[in-house]
Amino acid sequence: MDVAIIGIGLHRFGRSPDMSGMQQGASAVRAALADAGLSWADMQFAYGGSQDGGNADALVNELGLTGLQFTNIWNGCATGGSSLHAAYSAIKSGEYDVGVVVGFDKHPRGAFNPQPKEWGLDEWYGETGLMLTTQFFALKTQRYMYDHGITEDALIRVSEKAFTNGSLTPTAWRQQALSYEEIANSAMVSDPLRKYMFCSPAEGGAALIICNADKAHQYCSNPLFLKAAAVRTRHYGSFEVFAPSQAMEVADAPTVTASKAAFEQAGIGPEDVDVMQLQDTDSGTEIMHMAENGFCEHGEQEKLLLEGATGIHGRLPINTDGGCLANGEPVGASGLRQVYEVCVQLRGEGGARQVPNKPKVGYTHVYGAPGISGVNIITK
Amino acid sequence: MSNQVPIHEGLFTWPAAKPQLLGSRCNQCAEATFPAQPDCRSCGSRETTIVELGDRGILWTWTIQTFMPKQPYRSDETPETFRPYGVGYVEMPGGVRVETRLQANSPDQLQIGMAMQLDIIPFRTDENGDQKMTFSFSAAQGA
Repeated sequence: MDVAIIGIGLHRFGRSPDMSGMQQGASAVRAALADAGLSWADMQFAYGGSQDGGNADALVNELGLTGLQFTNIWNGCATGGSSLHAAYSAIKSGEYDVGVVVGFDKHPRGAFNPQPKEWGLDEWYGETGLMLTTQFFALKTQRYMYDHGITEDALIRVSEKAFTNGSLTPTAWRQQALSYEEIANSAMVSDPLRKYMFCSPAEGGAALIICNADKAHQYCSNPLFLKAAAVRTRHYGSFEVFAPSQAMEVADAPTVTASKAAFEQAGIGPEDVDVMQLQDTDSGTEIMHMAENGFCEHGEQEKLLLEGATGIHGRLPINTDGGCLANGEPVGASGLRQVYEVCVQLRGEGGARQVPNKPKVGYTHVYGAPGISGVNIITK
Repeated sequence: MSNQVPIHEGLFTWPAAKPQLLGSRCNQCAEATFPAQPDCRSCGSRETTIVELGDRGILWTWTIQTFMPKQPYRSDETPETFRPYGVGYVEMPGGVRVETRLQANSPDQLQIGMAMQLDIIPFRTDENGDQKMTFSFSAAQGA
């Protein structure tokens, strides 16, 4: 049985000072329902997640107490990928025909401050200043650059592309393009990553209406198909966030295994993908995720970025809406924002940021602590 | 002179003439981990032994923490007195890479592959006036 996406909704990312995180989630659900031409009462199930916005199932207070099955999902920054995977399985199993996946958040300003106990670690690890996601991504990027001959030029070009795409995206938080020099001269935050190479925690909501593909045409004329949804955790030896030590032998990241599983489910390969979203909490991780997801060899990114291959008109259009760098990262919503954008592109509704030549296959990848990856493949 | 106490028991041998980092090694698959834990993350065995991981190693990767972290970071510093610090993973002879603070705090002092040595240093003063000691690494001196 195939799974279809028949409605997509977004509550603008950035700051919505007059709205709670929950209200931004409800706003996204209403937009997705309107897009599908359905009502909340039609929803048979829901999966939702939020880090700081409250329990997702409390959304029924805003949307209506209809008695549906509503399950909360929490998997760090990979929450969106995990929620969508749960919905995918619910349809695949034949138990339900139509439901909603929603994510939302509203984070305080500044970097995240995870607590050691919640990640199975002792207090000293946080107390002595080792428990920062920014630090980890810098450490991983530093080693990756050393191993694969990537230079700062590549890091700058990822950010330059992200903010250019953001400037073409009406729903993006950061809509101002930044020059190569502005990025290159921005303050060093954690070597080798500078201020304009990091995304920021933000606010927003995203929702998708998912249904049994056999019934999709009852609801809409332009369904898209969720061909694969895979979530994987880390293997022993993969270099992951919040790790006081690492094994000597480095194993493949969970992204590699999730990506392979998703391609296998869909029966296609990386060469078949026309438009993609790769988790870019910073410019270093986008570079590493290009290779971990199978879109290039390790080290090849330097040349691809120099050629502009990852831009909207390139052969590997990555993060066409500006990704996390230009949209910020409301953790619960971010993975679903990726799927939303890929659906916009496949529908041909991208406007100024539309990928040319009618893309048919889209790909999304989200990564979260302490080493979780979720990959989705969506087709026309 | 204030009392000195380790920030957490079991991370390193101290006080000692030559303090060593402590970890655990699996009796089944021989993989080492830091800090010591009763189960093995590699093979799932529940038989591990506490071992010394060494006091010297090679820098595997590094960064500089330039802004003062929010809680749970807890030092004696204020935003005004905060000094950037280095963070890295050091490859230990005991067969594991350990995440650690680095004494060096500018990029020109750090290079992947450089030899490092363990230092046990005061980190902060607790509510009883005791100095909490933690582990850190600096460029190795001599052979």
